Amino acid sequence: MTTPAFLPCGEQALSVELGDSIDPETNATVIALSRNLADAPVEGVVETVPTYRSLLVRYDPGTIRGDALEKVLTERVSSLNRQQGAARLWRIPVAYGGEAGCDLDDLAAQKEIDTEELIRLHSEAAYRVYMIGFAPGFAYLGGLPEILHTPRLAQPRQNIAAGAIGIGGQQASINSVAGPSGWRFIGQTPVRTFDPAREVPFLLAAGDEVRFERIAADEAERMSAEGYTPEPEAAT
Amino acid sequence: MSLTVLQPGPMVTVQDAGRFGLRDSGVSAAGPMDAPAHRLANALVGNPTGAAALEFAGMGGRFRVETGCRVALTGVTAPLEIDGQACAANAAHRADAGAEIRIGAASDGVWGYLALSGGIETAPLMGARATHLRAGLGRALEAGDSLPLGATDPQAPCLALGGPLPDESGPIRVVLGPQDDRFSDEIRARLSDAEFTVSSKRDRMAMVLDDVTLPAEHGHDIVSDGTVPGSIQVPASGQPIVLMAESQTTGGYAKIATVIGPDLPRLAQMATGTQFRFAVLTRDEAEEALIAARSAEAERLAALRPQAATRLTSEFLLSCDLVGGVWPGDEVVP
Repeated sequence: MTTPAFLPCGEQALSVELGDSIDPETNATVIALSRNLADAPVEGVVETVPTYRSLLVRYDPGTIRGDALEKVLTERVSSLNRQQGAARLWRIPVAYGGEAGCDLDDLAAQKEIDTEELIRLHSEAAYRVYMIGFAPGFAYLGGLPEILHTPRLAQPRQNIAAGAIGIGGQQASINSVAGPSGWRFIGQTPVRTFDPAREVPFLLAAGDEVRFERIAADEAERMSAEGYTPEPEAAT
Repeated sequence: MSLTVLQPGPMVTVQDAGRFGLRDSGVSAAGPMDAPAHRLANALVGNPTGAAALEFAGMGGRFRVETGCRVALTGVTAPLEIDGQACAANAAHRADAGAEIRIGAASDGVWGYLALSGGIETAPLMGARATHLRAGLGRALEAGDSLPLGATDPQAPCLALGGPLPDESGPIRVVLGPQDDRFSDEIRARLSDAEFTVSSKRDRMAMVLDDVTLPAEHGHDIVSDGTVPGSIQVPASGQPIVLMAESQTTGGYAKIATVIGPDLPRLAQMATGTQFRFAVLTRDEAEEALIAARSAEAERLAALRPQAATRLTSEFLLSCDLVGGVWPGDEVVP
């Protein structure tokens, strides 16, 4: 097991760095530590935020000081069971192309593959939610086939719809809220990964698996109208 | 029991203590930019310190209370009138049913708070009433908005400070890290030696600093990791950006240091153009500073005392220099 590096983030948080690179194993360790702290809370730990290769731990120095917390966390990391807690699998229906997927044909041309091949590549891949950040419920998805890696636009577009299916660099994404974005977009899901009025406002969490499933545009409209929300499955 | 918004300033929002525990879902806590001032306002009117109150940037506006209650203004020096009577900041005052509350332009400070006894009781969204503009949780208030208020005890006293607020000055204290190793010794020295300026690029999310750049010799882009309020991130331009209450929860820029909790409100309250310095503390010193600041604040809130006269007398007003704080008139707030 890796030796953690502790980076102070002021007097009420520290970052536990568990590796140098973006890879599933390092990220699984981060998420395992996060779950460990949720299952067996350390008094004074207020909140944790998993990211690619580090876990932000917010604490109250009135209850536990940073130095003492680092000792506890070192012990926790050394005894981590990375298998604990099965990751969830989300099947996200996507209508490829259309207004929200305005870059689909352009990207296919750029990659010198036909549109159908691009859709097949995108929808056959298994994606890992490495972290949630940037915007409420916005998932950074790793696992995009290399041929689909595409740089972001130099000039972000002003208003991309919630549910737009994007590609930015090596990552795939599901837009969680409408807003500006420099990512490229190839489709639209009727699923809202963030809805503050829903009983469960956020669907995705770090460590989950995501698969995209192609649906027809009229099917997407129907699902959207009825407020379709998928249930997670146990990941294999 | 409600508060009617007649003519709000450009950025008036409802803020409780914040929406905690959702950073792992990409939602920062929001809540007040100056949390101690927000808690003081609530304490003065007898509310729990985390009750929802109004926060405004620079200019308050006009409001009407539909039921009698106590109100208190904190955070900024700004003219406060209740039905045309001038009232002091940092003290509670009675407002009768139908009374109009006017808050003018702040002459000192940026983020002001108006607490009302009973607290603002808008429907909580994901467990809190804090407005988070970027996340689309609530919005800036508009003329005609009506905000429900909680029950108020008409017999409860109007409270005032037991002594003057501490005169906070000196450098803004920081703890180095998490990515200070990206910067050379020279640049780290510049962080504590140079004079920074608060730029006009600032909001509830972040504050951009002018006049000093902090180039990172080992690169500005990092593998994205978690941020906190107070994180000083430095993008490729070298221009430091201090994250605030409503910041993004993760970021891909190197963070040279973090402003400590007790000093972040003071930074937030600095007028645009203010020059200031940073001072580096060890983490242990910073933890001590937080514990000391909490204890001083608890003593201050415990020392609030009932005041007899709640409105300023003309003798008192004549004894004050009001030139910088007189009501700006209809040109500014029609």
